[in-house]
Amino acid sequence: MMVNILSRERRCIRYTKEKGKILGRENSAAKRVDLKECEMAATSATSFSIGSTVSLGSRGCSLPQKKPFSVRFTSQNSLTSFSGLKAATSVNCESESSFLGKESSAALRASVAPKAQKPNQRSQYVLQPQASYKVAILGAAGGIGQPLALLIKMSPLVSTLNLYDIANVKGVAADLSHCNTPSQVLDFTGASELGNCLKGVNVVVIPAGVPRKPGMTRDDLFNINANIVKTLVEAVADNCPDAFIHIISNPVNSTVPIAAEVLKQKGVYDPKKLFGVTTLDVVRANTFVAQKKNLKLIDVDVPVVGGHAGITILPLLSKAKPSVSFTDEEVEQLTVRIQNAGTEVVEAKAGAGSATLSMGYAAARFVESSLRALDGDGDVYECSFVQSNLTDLPFFASRIKLGRKGIEAWIPSDLEGLTEYEQKALEALKPELKASIEKGIAFVQKQPVTA
Amino acid sequence: MQPNNSQVNRRIATISAHLNPPNYSQMEGGSGLGRANCRAKGGSAGFKVAILGAAGGIGQPLAMLMKMNPLVSVLHLYDVVNAPGVTADISHMDTGAVVRGFLGQQQLEEALTGMDLVIIPAGVPRKPGMTRDDLFNINAGIVKTLCEGIAKCCPKAIVNLISNPVNSTVPIAAEVFKKAGTFDPKRLLGVTMLDVVRANTFVAEVLGLDPREVDVPVVGGHAGVTILPLLSQQVKPPCSFTQKEIDYLTDRIQNGGTEVVEAKAGAGSATLSMAYAAVKFADACLRGLRGDAGVVECAFVASHVTELPFFASKVRLGRFGVEEVYPLGPLNEYERIGLEKAKKELAGSIQKGVSFVKK
Repeated sequence: MMVNILSRERRCIRYTKEKGKILGRENSAAKRVDLKECEMAATSATSFSIGSTVSLGSRGCSLPQKKPFSVRFTSQNSLTSFSGLKAATSVNCESESSFLGKESSAALRASVAPKAQKPNQRSQYVLQPQASYKVAILGAAGGIGQPLALLIKMSPLVSTLNLYDIANVKGVAADLSHCNTPSQVLDFTGASELGNCLKGVNVVVIPAGVPRKPGMTRDDLFNINANIVKTLVEAVADNCPDAFIHIISNPVNSTVPIAAEVLKQKGVYDPKKLFGVTTLDVVRANTFVAQKKNLKLIDVDVPVVGGHAGITILPLLSKAKPSVSFTDEEVEQLTVRIQNAGTEVVEAKAGAGSATLSMGYAAARFVESSLRALDGDGDVYECSFVQSNLTDLPFFASRIKLGRKGIEAWIPSDLEGLTEYEQKALEALKPELKASIEKGIAFVQKQPVTA
Repeated sequence: MQPNNSQVNRRIATISAHLNPPNYSQMEGGSGLGRANCRAKGGSAGFKVAILGAAGGIGQPLAMLMKMNPLVSVLHLYDVVNAPGVTADISHMDTGAVVRGFLGQQQLEEALTGMDLVIIPAGVPRKPGMTRDDLFNINAGIVKTLCEGIAKCCPKAIVNLISNPVNSTVPIAAEVFKKAGTFDPKRLLGVTMLDVVRANTFVAEVLGLDPREVDVPVVGGHAGVTILPLLSQQVKPPCSFTQKEIDYLTDRIQNGGTEVVEAKAGAGSATLSMAYAAVKFADACLRGLRGDAGVVECAFVASHVTELPFFASKVRLGRFGVEEVYPLGPLNEYERIGLEKAKKELAGSIQKGVSFVKK
């Protein structure tokens, strides 16, 4: 079952055109229309293509996050018409027809593909049918790890899913291994197996750690989670130094600098491949803005910069797409709500944990973006907390362009032309963010890594 | 094989609809429509789905996946504990469905009013050494209460029943609906999709195929020997098995659930794969409700396929629920023997469920 998990097909023509300006490239949306038309027809991304396989050219069920001219698929687009001579059953709508056999399917694929492939198009992206990457989840038996593992297992881009935790991960792996998606699930328990879990992995996701209880700030988790992250990143440095590293463990504002220091001390630090996952803030911003302004969620995209705790979360409502105007109270209300949304969930769960399902969803979206970038998609943009020169702080969350080697570009345009409110908020968050970053760096320098 | 004209035209029509979408904010002209008449903010046209038991091990990932499904416009999450936390969590996801939470039995009716599809994962899971039948006493009571609510508030809803032992809880639900006078055999389905998912995965492993391309019908019931995979009928791709493979596969498919209960060593039973399968099945039901043709899945339903009142087989789903129950098709010797064994145990479980309500 291939789930188009995170293909929030967004209409991003406007953004693409701007992007073209930013990067000094010409991006004709028109050229892409053609490509999309075929892609759309060819992909199996139906409404929520559960049970759909991509057959023709295996275009992504996972449509790129911000494709220009992204289209929302309704059921009419389901590939039943393409998948063969017989009416598709719902179990495997879009698999290649068994009547035709491989040669005919290949011929069918070939007949559609050329139209879509314009060799002179620069950011040509074709999701390879064999796109297959290895993903490791460290902390897979936890509250975030389990739904995250489920979503990654369902992704068509993954060939191997390595699940690691200190306990209970055998059960989770046995559970997930029954899902009929092609990725293979392997489990690893305890520090002795951590190295094997990480060998040859392309993306490492780290949700490990303890969650907040009511009344706690993310910083209160520092002591426990800092140690966990340090140990895990040491192993990453030893076993898969070229992997993309996604840090979810809070406080992200400190754990990302911790990870950077550990990698530096091991001599394998690549600032283009270390990410703090702030996608959940973007997801929340999108949701709240859409609710407030009665917009269709598929259209909404709000950049969120700064950090990942309290006032360091800065949603740039003036840069929201589609551009809507907010009154001053609305800006205040929305900003505060987005900043405290995590606390909202901790309180609602009354001690039973913090956001797990929405965090799993957001993290999976970011993993899929990374996999598409690794696969060569030239149009992947996400907000993330990374090492950055956009401000005077060493780490800062902003929109970045992802590519095969990690971050290809940091997008400065979001930080230009801020409103007064946003400018003030930006100045206000810098001291707190700076302190958190320094806390993380100091933590590692006090206890240097084991070589 | 070239796509024919009507398909091309359909595609073009859809493309242009997306290129020029209706602009909602302009259409509604400000405060024109009262809140009561609007589709919920940001919500898309779709179905109303309730999950009873949404804060449980299956319910939580199930709720997350249903929230991501574009066919769902309203999602009601009901449980006796923790529902507000799960609701707050899921409500932050940026997909179209509107989420509402309901806590405690006094809110059950509110949760159910107006629903198109009700999914019931509520209940306790197995521990190592238990059979699904050991859960009977607790889960039977839970299912009875929930079904009484459904009969009262949304009798026309499609009910997907996950709570084990499915072989007994589906007859329980049927009896409750019959008592209330709302029983519609087309709208009550026991979810056996996980057996199909497991069958597809294990067969793909043995044959070295892509598990998405395998389709094995699994009939009978949803416990132990009542699970009967029809490997001889495996339609795509057509292939044959050695006797050893058949034994291994049948055994593994029948005990897949136990495999996970053992691996979890007391921490629960299959949750993530069950959520995955349940969502796949719920999505099929919704597509049927929407009017899609050719939606065929295996489910445990009221049936004339055998002499038993309930039996799982392939069914075609449509606007009114189950539109057609397909017969078993040709069985080989091995499967015929398995069928007799399955029927014996299934008859007992069904009777147990029926008597529970009649008491």
